[in-house]
Amino acid sequence: MTLAIFFFYLLSAVLVASAMMVISSRNPVHSVLFLILAFVNAAGLFVLLGAEFLAMILIVVYVGAVAVLFLFVVMMLDVDFTELRQGILQYLPIGALIGLVLLVEILLVVGSWVVAPEVAALRTTPTPTLAIADNTAALGRILYTTYIYYFQAAGLVLLVAMVGAIVLTLRHKEGVKRQDVAAQIARDPATAIEVRKVPSRAGI
Amino acid sequence: MSEVVWKALLQGGLIALQSVVLLVALLVMIAFLLLFDRKVWAAVQMRKGPNVVGAFGLLQSFADLLKFVLKEPIIPAGADRPVFLLAPLVTVILALAAWAVVPIGPGWVIADINVGILYIFAISSLGVYGIIMGGWASNSKYPFLGALRSAAQMVSYEVSIGFVIVTVLLWVGSLNLSQIVESQRSAYGLLGWHFANPLLFPMFVIFFISALAETNRPPFDLPEAESELVAGFMVEYSSTPYLLFMLGEYVAITLMCAMTAILFLGGWLSPLPFAPFTWIPGVVWFVLKIWFVFFMFAMVKAIVPRYRYDQLMRLGWKVFLPASLLFLVASAAFLQATNLAAKG
Repeated sequence: MTLAIFFFYLLSAVLVASAMMVISSRNPVHSVLFLILAFVNAAGLFVLLGAEFLAMILIVVYVGAVAVLFLFVVMMLDVDFTELRQGILQYLPIGALIGLVLLVEILLVVGSWVVAPEVAALRTTPTPTLAIADNTAALGRILYTTYIYYFQAAGLVLLVAMVGAIVLTLRHKEGVKRQDVAAQIARDPATAIEVRKVPSRAGI
Repeated sequence: MSEVVWKALLQGGLIALQSVVLLVALLVMIAFLLLFDRKVWAAVQMRKGPNVVGAFGLLQSFADLLKFVLKEPIIPAGADRPVFLLAPLVTVILALAAWAVVPIGPGWVIADINVGILYIFAISSLGVYGIIMGGWASNSKYPFLGALRSAAQMVSYEVSIGFVIVTVLLWVGSLNLSQIVESQRSAYGLLGWHFANPLLFPMFVIFFISALAETNRPPFDLPEAESELVAGFMVEYSSTPYLLFMLGEYVAITLMCAMTAILFLGGWLSPLPFAPFTWIPGVVWFVLKIWFVFFMFAMVKAIVPRYRYDQLMRLGWKVFLPASLLFLVASAAFLQATNLAAKG
């Protein structure tokens, strides 16, 4: 148990420190790298909670795909962050207010949980104990049975977003040569080569 | 209290010892795999390959190691020093970290976790960071181009690898690597392995080719295409950092060979399930399978010309993604219809 507590404080400390570095480092690429460190530490915290599936998915999706594209964009853009940071003090009160609202919300949720532990029984699908199913199987069973319509709806929302992004950015340029594999394979000497008789001193 | 502490220390010490043994064995095997790679390549081109250091050039990899370590590491003036030096470390540490969950024999695994295959998938999806960081931190044109290519390439092929893994999981009903191997045990030996399953064989092919792309092996070595990008993301690296990049790359390749062996070729199981073959310990079969898959990797490198970038993207998104999705749905439908699905 003490080991778990030690790792909790270690991971949390690195997580908070790297989150601070995300917003305070001068170089935007360093910011994204610290963001990745924060994600990895959050995954470690999930493992400590026993939610190993969530931890792995966090790494695969956020670190392995989303943050790569993020890094990609930040590297390509030449953003001058010192210039962007000019009016930071001006926005500080609004940022602090939003942070405070979030903190109060989290305290309300967690606090009510502590005050009335019996609300856990009110959930539509109670969490099965680890002896019955590991959390990958449990999550799968809930997502694909009870919440299948919500799950599919979430997928559709993402699909619409993707189609929208493609529609907005896709430009078909004229005169660009594209490879047509079927046409390449279908070519044979009869269709690709033309033998002509060239008359002397006349050309074609 | 003190007894608990001693027990924890003993357990921790045991895990450390196992890790060191695995690490040493793995690195020695990779030294010879590297030589094997060069020998196969040479044989295809009717050359002799490395043959000077040691008998048949057996010590060539160790000589290379010595040479790299003794050279001076050069860091470009315009480079981002911390990220530049961190990049090869990230590559090699991530590649080695994945081996923690690989079962090399029955019960021979350092961490037998429930989500083993997901862990390997997660770790190998992080491998791209070493390349992007190295390419960006070099502050030079060719490395940056190589890094950009690798980011697109590795993200694309991870998608089809994910579908292949999901399909295998449907048949097994577990994410634990040891159970994936055990589920392939049958009275018919190698005919019971997943590659012999008609619905999984196409996935085997897709996984093999995607593994080539994921580890930047030829014909998909676009991030370091020497004919166009000199050496891609590795241009500015020298000495030990370069060695770490190469090492990380080969550890990742060996990991992909091991994954192919575990997912489709029955892991440590003997191909013929009767007496003289079952006497051979499982770890020997496993290592032999890794060498067999690596031989195929080496032959592909020797035979197939490099893909063009748009061809690579076409193959990943327009061929492998629909194909793997199709076979995933086919497998799921078959398992549901025949009621064979493992009750997880």
